[in-house]
Amino acid sequence: MQNQQEVNRLKDIVQNLLDEAKQQGATAAEAGLSQEDGLSVSVRLGDVETIEHHCSQGLGITVYFGQRKGSASTTDLSLASIKETVSAACSIARYTSEDEYAGLPEQALLATHFPDLDLNHPWAISADEAIALAIECEDVARNYDVEITNSEGASVNTHQGIHVLGNSLGFLEGSLTTRHSLSCSVLAQRGESMQRDYWYSVARNANNLEAAVEVGKKAAQRTLRRLEGRSLSTRQCPVLYSAEIASGLLSSFVGAISGGSLYRKSSFLLNALDTQVFPEFVHIHEQPHLKGALGSSAYDNEGVATQARDLVTDGILRSYVLGSYSARKLGLHSTGNAGGVRNLTIDPGVLDFDSLLKQMDTGLLVTELMGQGVNILTGDYSRGAAGFWVENGQIQYPVEEITIAGNLKDMLRNIVAIGGDVDYRGNVRTGSILVERMSIAGQ
Amino acid sequence: MKILNLAKQAILVPAGIQDADIEKIMGRLLGPSVDAADIYFQSSHSESWVMEGGIIKEGSHSIEQGVGVRAVSGEKTGFAYSDRIELPVLLEAANNVRAIGRQGQDAQIGLIHAANSVQYYPVANPLKSLGEQQKIDLLRQVDAETRKLDHRIEEVIISLSGVHETILVANQDGSLAADIRPLVRMNVSVIVVENGRREQGSMGGGGRSDYNYFVDLNRALEYGREAVRQALVNLEAQEAPAGNMTVVLGSGWPGILLHEAIGHGLEGDFNRKGTSAFSGRVGERVASDLCTVVDDGTLPGRRGSLSIDDEGTPTENTVLIENGILKGYMQDKLNARLMGVKSTGNGRRESYASLPMPRMTNTYMLAGKHNPEEIIKSVKKGLYAKNFAGGQVDITSGKFVFSASEAYLIENGKITRPVKGATLIGNGPDVLTKVSMVGSDLALDSGVGSCGKEGQSVPVGVGQPTLKIDGITVGGTSV
Repeated sequence: MQNQQEVNRLKDIVQNLLDEAKQQGATAAEAGLSQEDGLSVSVRLGDVETIEHHCSQGLGITVYFGQRKGSASTTDLSLASIKETVSAACSIARYTSEDEYAGLPEQALLATHFPDLDLNHPWAISADEAIALAIECEDVARNYDVEITNSEGASVNTHQGIHVLGNSLGFLEGSLTTRHSLSCSVLAQRGESMQRDYWYSVARNANNLEAAVEVGKKAAQRTLRRLEGRSLSTRQCPVLYSAEIASGLLSSFVGAISGGSLYRKSSFLLNALDTQVFPEFVHIHEQPHLKGALGSSAYDNEGVATQARDLVTDGILRSYVLGSYSARKLGLHSTGNAGGVRNLTIDPGVLDFDSLLKQMDTGLLVTELMGQGVNILTGDYSRGAAGFWVENGQIQYPVEEITIAGNLKDMLRNIVAIGGDVDYRGNVRTGSILVERMSIAGQ
Repeated sequence: MKILNLAKQAILVPAGIQDADIEKIMGRLLGPSVDAADIYFQSSHSESWVMEGGIIKEGSHSIEQGVGVRAVSGEKTGFAYSDRIELPVLLEAANNVRAIGRQGQDAQIGLIHAANSVQYYPVANPLKSLGEQQKIDLLRQVDAETRKLDHRIEEVIISLSGVHETILVANQDGSLAADIRPLVRMNVSVIVVENGRREQGSMGGGGRSDYNYFVDLNRALEYGREAVRQALVNLEAQEAPAGNMTVVLGSGWPGILLHEAIGHGLEGDFNRKGTSAFSGRVGERVASDLCTVVDDGTLPGRRGSLSIDDEGTPTENTVLIENGILKGYMQDKLNARLMGVKSTGNGRRESYASLPMPRMTNTYMLAGKHNPEEIIKSVKKGLYAKNFAGGQVDITSGKFVFSASEAYLIENGKITRPVKGATLIGNGPDVLTKVSMVGSDLALDSGVGSCGKEGQSVPVGVGQPTLKIDGITVGGTSV
């Protein structure tokens, strides 16, 4: 599909943009360009539902006139459009205010080494082959049990993207990345109870996708186990976040130590640096250079070099998550986190999932969360949940139509155990997380 | 015809695309077993301004344009899109897409220009409705006035954004329809601090109008006052109760209940597939007889309104629930055809790069006869939820949640103390059967809603009068 030549062509366009900005009087500029191609097929009840051919592009530029800033973007990459986009950004910069913290990143922090992170593995799959794979996956799920009565289908997606980033400090780099996924969602029915659940696999390299039969089987199993869920009475009890949703807890933590929340003082972890935020056995680090991982990149959204580093050791917060702007606002240096964290990993514990259930003994296993209900400023947390009631370390029955609530500050501090059952699919890698006590509201 | 001509001037003329070219692309799309096809041209110009820390901090401008081509054969859809509006690119996309049907000859199509019967919003470009300096002055004025309101205000963040979107959609029957859609939005959020406790409040609004909407009636200043009021209430808020209790929902934005609890479950696609908790229930009682709920895309100037949907179908005022009985679903063309009904003008898409689906427009409950004070007075112990953040639903199990951003305890018929944002959770098919009082104070939201479905976001409206629900689970921390 796309190759290094194409990267070079797009780099030229970005350089053009930067040159044009200079022509129009900008004192500094940063520009980015993305191009993505892909194929998505979905099947339902054994037949094709949609075949989508994706092909999109877009560029954006931010210009600085001293400390004033303006931005513009377009999906049209023609020369005329580049000129217009730059002039739109420049015209905006005439109206924005001087902001002493605005500007490009520190030159010394820009990435200069670009290791091959093994992120580009185009999948030469035809629409017909993708359809066959999706049907194989859905068939397994549909035939898994007589109580699987309906389907939302299965889908196969493959995407390749080129992202080029440049700035007037001389940074100009492009990367080719691929992303492929396979997913399946089915319905089960028993009497009045109808439930739906899903499973998916995602990877940079299609060879690392879970087998279609596995994805289909898990989708069916996850759906069936939810049948005849009931509510719980209102109570307080331990809560075990299963690995696939526990990443949400860590994402809230990252939100609270991110520059934007900190300089706006809208975080429940203000001034928490070098203090105990988690129990002592918790270690959290970022691994941006992991080969083939979904969050990997040698540089952040501003071109600042990313690096493996500790965020939390022995439960103590060691570093914030900062881009250049928020770093300057806080009197600190960018941590290479413009655009967020990359492959955030919490060190797994020794207990597998069943051992975690045993450790909890009696409590709630949560497998699904719904709604927003998380206030990063205050840490107040109240979300809709579904999962399973556990007694004597054994799953008793599915539960639904309940909420779980607490304050994130207490919840993080009162983590009792982290499982070894790590979910590697996302940008946040964690095992299941057991929280000592939360409020459950139900009937 | 005026809108169609303006739309052609905006999209087709600069790209050098003639009527004959559209006929050619459509002919290519319409292979032998293709039941339906469309070509969707879109050009969207948008901008946003952000004031924070007392300065105009960010400004951005964006142009998005492209074409999506779709062919449908039975239940199968082929789709491709391009950012480039060029004949060879579009013919190739059409070739890819028609593969969804059998191979065969191109069809012959003649374009018919469709005129919109009614237009529910002005066509003028909202981005040009104020000069750049006037936009900046508006932001500065709101910032200054808001900061004056209370000494506990620590930060004020104001955003102003506008979109001017033009669409053209050609259908397999040769019709060519167009729409020009303005959309503006303003939001004020504040952080207040007292004795080391920090809280926030936020208020915004907008609609299919231009920036003068915020100048008229001093709406913009009102957003600031309301954001501050909410933030100060939050400073006083205590832990919310937990458990099942009577809940009174305020009028306006709390109508998000209808959107989540029943609206999504009544979208045609889920019901055709039988995956909704409401599937196959037309004619059945799904709400108390006090409840009549509609989806209305025809309200002038509303954020969720459309003159035509993204498939060229005029929008309607569709009755979903009448006196508690389920009347029908919201449909796009594909699902309407497969279910043997007519499209209700609910076929919407985020952009040319995504497929249309049945989506809501403005969803609200009609007014009842109770005075809102009477409703509060009737509750011995419960929760009054005046405002909400967002919500979510599982349309299969019917379970939905929405999070209160401003709520109070009701004790012995009186609103007493504020409680911290609690999440409410319920079951869609049950919740409206528990509605025991409906207020006379129908209000629509201020124009802030965005709805996400399968990764596509579209602007929507919600509304309702004050409602009393006899028993819903409130997820507080105070057990």
